[in-house]
Amino acid sequence: MTVLSTTPDPESLTFTIVAEFAAPPAAVWRLWADPRRLERWWGPPTWPATFAEHDLAVGGRSHYWMTGPEGREAHGWWHVTAVDEPRSLEFEDGFAHPDGTRDDAMPVTRTRVDLEATDEGCRMTGVSRFANAEQMQQLVEMGMAEGMRLAMDQMDDLLVAV
Amino acid sequence: MVVHGVDRSEGPQAVDRVFAALADATRRDIVRRLLTQQEASVSVLAERYAMSFAAVAKHVAVLERARLVTKTRRGREQVVRAELGTLRSAADLLAEFEALWRSRIDRMEGLLAEEARTAPAAPPTRRDAP
Repeated sequence: MTVLSTTPDPESLTFTIVAEFAAPPAAVWRLWADPRRLERWWGPPTWPATFAEHDLAVGGRSHYWMTGPEGREAHGWWHVTAVDEPRSLEFEDGFAHPDGTRDDAMPVTRTRVDLEATDEGCRMTGVSRFANAEQMQQLVEMGMAEGMRLAMDQMDDLLVAV
Repeated sequence: MVVHGVDRSEGPQAVDRVFAALADATRRDIVRRLLTQQEASVSVLAERYAMSFAAVAKHVAVLERARLVTKTRRGREQVVRAELGTLRSAADLLAEFEALWRSRIDRMEGLLAEEARTAPAAPPTRRDAP
């Protein structure tokens, strides 16, 4: 089992996931840093991601979109706020207009990723933080109709297991 | 983790109805209003949009079929309320996040395995074939 733990915390508005990979931190780092690799895992198979812009440096930004089954595009942006290759990174992730500019009416999540070498390879800890409950509610409303639909297939599998 | 909200026992059709209902900006707006003001009559809702009463009533009906709202008759008025059970709570969003991240980690693992196979010890080169 790759995923060691997941900790959703509605009170602190955070979600934490810890996973272990049979590869060194440098290899996992490349999955984050190289846009061609990143776009092979960021979006689900039904909504593949395309990163037109991606710069994993402090102050760097990304512009990406995910393309849905009917050709619909959901655009997003990242703003990288901290980088310590290959140990940690922090970025803000939000919705974008089709030209890549930020959609400030939409919620922003802040994510921190830590990579730690282990005997087997690498442990990755990801913490996503929402700004406030109102933004979470907004993500619920918008996310369901826009980007989050993509997680449903996987979610159904999870729910069967619950 | 407790996951409530959309009744999955009704199968993918119920989920699709929710998504289809929320895919429309006017309907999202109606739901948002109902979240802040508890309830509103169809005629009060209709005043807020540049469309006919019938068109707004139709939107409300779509939301009702998706069980995002309930409609009850009170005298001559039809009162609409948001169905909080279907509108998902913060915990539900976190459940979606969990599913999304679990699937991402699966794909990361697959990529790492592929790179270990195709380019052992050398700087990895990308190959799309599995």
